[in-house]
Amino acid sequence: MVLVYINSTTGLSKAALETVTYGKKLSGDVTVITNGSASNEQLAQLGEYGASKVLVDRSVDGEDPQQLARLVAAVADQVSASTVIFSHDIYGKAVAPRLSVRMKAGLVAGAIAVPEADGSVKVNVFSGKAVGYVKVASSKQIISLLPNSIQPEKTGSVCSVEETNGLAGASAINVLETKKPEGNIPLPEAELVVSAGRGLKGPENWGMIEELATALGAATACSRPVADIGWRPHHEHVGQTGVAIRPNLYIAVGISGAIQHLAGVNGSKVIVVVNTDTEAPFFKAADYGVVGDAFDVIPKLTEAVKRFKATQH
Amino acid sequence: MNILVCISKAPDTTSKIAFTNNSTQFDENGVQFIVNPYDEWYALVRALELKETIGGNVTIVTVGTATDEAIIRKALAIGADEAVRIDADPKDAYFVAMQVASYAKAKGFDLVMTGKETINYNGSQVGGMIAEAMDLPFVSLATKLDANGTKLTLEREIVGGVQVVEVQTPAVISCAKGMAEQRIPNMRGIMAARTKPLTVIPAEAVEDLTSYVTYSMPNAKSSVKMIDPSNMDELVALLHNEAKVI
Ligand SMILES: Cc1cc2nc3c(=O)[nH]c(=O)nc-3n(C[C@H](O)[C@H](O)[C@H](O)COP(=O)(O)OP(=O)(O)OC[C@H]3O[C@@H](n4cnc5c(N)ncnc54)[C@H](O)[C@@H]3O)c2cc1C
Repeated sequence: MVLVYINSTTGLSKAALETVTYGKKLSGDVTVITNGSASNEQLAQLGEYGASKVLVDRSVDGEDPQQLARLVAAVADQVSASTVIFSHDIYGKAVAPRLSVRMKAGLVAGAIAVPEADGSVKVNVFSGKAVGYVKVASSKQIISLLPNSIQPEKTGSVCSVEETNGLAGASAINVLETKKPEGNIPLPEAELVVSAGRGLKGPENWGMIEELATALGAATACSRPVADIGWRPHHEHVGQTGVAIRPNLYIAVGISGAIQHLAGVNGSKVIVVVNTDTEAPFFKAADYGVVGDAFDVIPKLTEAVKRFKATQH
Repeated sequence: MNILVCISKAPDTTSKIAFTNNSTQFDENGVQFIVNPYDEWYALVRALELKETIGGNVTIVTVGTATDEAIIRKALAIGADEAVRIDADPKDAYFVAMQVASYAKAKGFDLVMTGKETINYNGSQVGGMIAEAMDLPFVSLATKLDANGTKLTLEREIVGGVQVVEVQTPAVISCAKGMAEQRIPNMRGIMAARTKPLTVIPAEAVEDLTSYVTYSMPNAKSSVKMIDPSNMDELVALLHNEAKVI
C-alpha cells in the first residue's frame, strides 16, 4: 500500500500529478492525503492518475511541517502504508525528513526514476554531476520525487474523496504575510526556462529575456553573479549553490557555463546556449548552440517563437 | 541566544567527481574539502550576526572523523565560539540527525541552524530530521531571520514567492541564500581558531536507514549542433520537430 502526500492549497499542481502517477507505478493501491481548499471534484480527478482514494484535512493550512508530519504519519498508520511519497518540493523537503524520523522509515530524497529491480532508487548526487542508487534498510520507506522526473499519466477514473480531521494537532508556525508575484512560473516546476548571465551587461537589458520567456511560456533564471550584484532576485539563481532545475528546455544566454552553474542545470533535457565566445565551456554541455551577440540573437529568436506559435493555433 | 550551527564537509565546487571501489564510494583522492557553502555562508554567518547584535554563543557541530578538523577550524576562524565533533564516519542523514539531536537535547540550545542542503548529497534532510527528533518546530529554506526575545521572525521560500512567518524558540531552521553574506576569515580569526575549544564526543549507536549501493556518471551529451545566428526559425523548428520540447 502506497500513501502519497500532495499539497493542493493552490489546486492540483503538475508535481502533485507526478507523485500520484509515481505511486501508481509502485502499487495498485494508492491513497492520497492532502490538506487545503481544493474542491472535492478537483481532488476526485486524482483517481485518473492512479489514486484509489483521497483523504483531505481541510483544517490544516499546510504551513507547519510538524503538523503535516503528524497528519501523514497517522494516515500512513491507518492505511498500513509501507511506502510514502512526496514531491521533492518545499513541502517534501520540510515534511519528509520529519516523517522519516517519526516512522523510522528510510528517506530517498530527490528520486529521479521509479525503483530499480533490486529496489534501489536513482537520485542526483554532487549537484547533478553524478547519480547514485539509494537502498532503504527499514521495512517502511519514504520517497520524495524530484519535480519533472516523470510525466503525469492518466490510467483510471475519478475516485472517492473523504474528509478527515483531528490527526494533525496545532500549528507552531504563525504566517504573517505571503508574497507571490503574479504570473510567475515557479522555477523548480517550470518545463521551459530562459536564463541569462553577466553577458547581458546590466539589469536594464532583461526586457528581451522576459519577452522571450513570455513568448515561450517559460520561467526566467540567472547565473549567480547576476543575483549577487542584485540585477535579478535571489530565487532566480540556478546552479550548485542556487536552485537545481531539470526543465525540458534550458536556454542559456550570456552564461559562460562554469562547473558550478552546470551542476544545477545539467539535468535539463535540452540545452540551448547563446554566447559570443565560441570557446565558452557551456557549448560542451549544449544540444544546440548559437555563436552570436545576445542583443541581436534574442529578439530574433523571440520573433521566430512568435511566428511558430501563430502557426500552432 | 545560544545557537548550534550544523556544518558538514563537502568537496570543493570545482572537484572532479569520480568513484572508486567498484563505483560504490566517492573517490576522495586529490579532493579538497570545504565547509558546505550553505552551512557556512548562510547558517553560520547569520548565527554570528545574531550573536553580535543580541549576544549569546555560537557552537558548531559536525558528525565526522578527525580529518574533518580542518573545516572545523575554518568555521571557528570565521567566528564560532566553540566546536564539537561527534566522532563517526557518517553514511546516512538519519544517523547524522540523531547524533546532533541527542547532543543538542542535552545542551538545550535556543536555536539549531543548518544549511538548506549539502552540495554533495543534496538531500535537504538533516534539519527536518533533527527537528522531529527534538520535537521542535522547523522552518525550512529560510532566507531571513530575526530574533526578538523568544520570538523568531523569518522569511522562507514558498512555491512562486516568499512568506513571512513567526515561530517561538527553541526551533530548527534550514538556511538558504539571502540569510547573510559570505565572510572571509581574517588573520586574527585564523589565529584565534587554533585555541578555541574543540570537543570530541563519541557517537551513539544508531542504525543507518539508507545506503548508496552504487554511483554512476550521467551520460555525456552527444556533440552540440550549431545554428546560424541569423536563422532562428531553424532553431525553433528543431526544438519543435527534433527535440520535441516546444
Ligand atoms: C563555491 C562556488 C559556488 C558557485 N555557485 C554557483 C551557482 O550556483 N550558480 C552559478 O551560476 N555560478 C556559481 N558560481 C560562480 C561560477 O563559478 C561562475 O563565476 C558564474 O557562473 C559565472 O556567471 P556568468 O556565466 O553569468 O558570467 P561570466 O563567467 O562572466 O560569463 C559571461 C558570458 O557571457 C558571454 N557574453 C558576453 N557578452 C555577450 C553577449 N553580448 N551575447 C552573448 N554572450 C555574451 C561571455 O562570452 C561569457 O561566456 C559559484 C562559484 C563558487 C566558487
